[in-house]
Amino acid sequence: MAEILVLVDHVDGEIKKVALELLTLANRLGEAAAVWVGPGYEGAKDKLAEYGAQKVYVAADEELTSYVVAPRAALLAQLVGEKSPGAVLVSATGEGKEIAGRLAVKIGSGVLTDVVDVADGFVAEHSIFGGGIIAHAKVKTGTPVIAVRPNSIAPEAAPATPAEEQVTVTLSDTDKAAKITEKVIEEKGERPDLTEAAIVVSGGRGVGGAENFKLIEGLADSLGAAVGASRAATDAGWYPHQFQVGQTGKTVSPQLYIAVGISGAIQHRAGMQTSKTIVAINKDAEAPIFELVDYGVVGDLFQVAPQLTEEITKRK
Amino acid sequence: MNIVVLVKQVPDTESPRKLKSDDSTLDRAAADGVINELDEYAIEEGLRIKEAQGGEVTVLTMGPGKATESIRKALAMGADKAVHVLDDALAGSDALQTSYALQQVLGRTGFDLVVLGSESTDARTGVLAAMLAERLGVPQLSLANKVEIDGQSIKIQRQTDYGYDRVEATLPAVVSVVEKINEPRYPSFKGIMAAKKKPVETLGVADAGIDAAQVGLAAAATEVVDFAEAPPRAQGQIVTDEGDGGVKVAEFLASKKFV
Repeated sequence: MAEILVLVDHVDGEIKKVALELLTLANRLGEAAAVWVGPGYEGAKDKLAEYGAQKVYVAADEELTSYVVAPRAALLAQLVGEKSPGAVLVSATGEGKEIAGRLAVKIGSGVLTDVVDVADGFVAEHSIFGGGIIAHAKVKTGTPVIAVRPNSIAPEAAPATPAEEQVTVTLSDTDKAAKITEKVIEEKGERPDLTEAAIVVSGGRGVGGAENFKLIEGLADSLGAAVGASRAATDAGWYPHQFQVGQTGKTVSPQLYIAVGISGAIQHRAGMQTSKTIVAINKDAEAPIFELVDYGVVGDLFQVAPQLTEEITKRK
Repeated sequence: MNIVVLVKQVPDTESPRKLKSDDSTLDRAAADGVINELDEYAIEEGLRIKEAQGGEVTVLTMGPGKATESIRKALAMGADKAVHVLDDALAGSDALQTSYALQQVLGRTGFDLVVLGSESTDARTGVLAAMLAERLGVPQLSLANKVEIDGQSIKIQRQTDYGYDRVEATLPAVVSVVEKINEPRYPSFKGIMAAKKKPVETLGVADAGIDAAQVGLAAAATEVVDFAEAPPRAQGQIVTDEGDGGVKVAEFLASKKFV
């Protein structure tokens, strides 16, 4: 069976959940071959083995992560040339999609982004136009490069004993054209990443002000959830833009999505419609968000949300 | 400074968006066309850079005849001129081909800075800035929420999940912008009138130096196999709060093992 290259997402050696999802998917399509870039592999190797990496290509050179995406695309292009994999999987995050794009140009392959599943023959499933249409697509030219949306595949432990291979790549001046001079980490507390979280609690126009977002954060924390916001809330400056869920923000697909004070405009639905279970709290019974919900409460969020937080805390 | 802003006309999110049954491409007739929202931030950023640095802002779009509406809007906001790549041979091009076609046109217009929105609201691939930077061999300064230019030096803040990266490069470069980098201006009446007199150059693939055999649906590197409307979600349970709404949600969450 052909190797399926998986670019492992990690932050300073801490593996992102999506990497485990991609390993699981890769083993369905062929033999999962993890590609580790940057420092921190020693601390992460057991986890890669646990989730079924048959092989690991380790490119530890720190220089590979010191420039905007191009070096990682160069590394993957080199591995595609040497190993002739069946496909390359990356995560469909902003950065993952950029790596996929550069790689596709380098190797002259078609690229599919925001994929939610991949079947035999590398037929990829997409959920498009805000979840309204399910489309299947495939790559006609070259080695398929596929960016998979986080939370689309359930990661499964499948212990393996991976063979390790150290890889080096010589970077061109173009690969080093955009230098990262500083990584600025903004405090987000202990909450999980928005796109990776199993549970997301989002607030919208109904929240009414920046200070009231404490209510949303409190509910999120009681569930160990990430906090999101609708465009109305980020436009008003109540919550930072990087937490915006929607068509011009992040796309999330958690197990549980709780929309608080969000009417459910298409702009918002486009970013959360593929969530598995959806709950909404809104005072307007006619709000379109109620068309999507598994459970909805028509009521004042300032009464319902704190009561819900309290009840969850009580039940723990 | 020669600033080229890429603009795409997309179907309005508020109108029904469909694929055509014959070739699985976007049904542009079914929906109203609007300028891609994130491109408005790109135009605004291009205009601000021009206002600070001097130079000229050229709008570049590739798309059918209707895309002139988006060009007019960009010119009304203050761009100086436009290039419209309009040719049936381009219909159905995927991202790889689009980046090739734009590379050819940019080779013709020249540029110090290419500015675009970080993704379009229809295809949402988010790959174009990366593909163009790769093809053009210039720095990729993407997902920017702040841009600073000093002579030939350009610095951005690149939005990340954990905050942002500071990134430095030398012009020429490709910059993609995220929402909130600025507040796009509304076209003034004067701007709208002036836009009517601004030059719009229309190019076919041959004029732009694009090899027709490398673009269009037949030569695309990807293909849609099939598509269908997503099944509607089953109607859920909706209750009116009678003082115990929060408890009821907690009970529902417990029944689903979330609590």
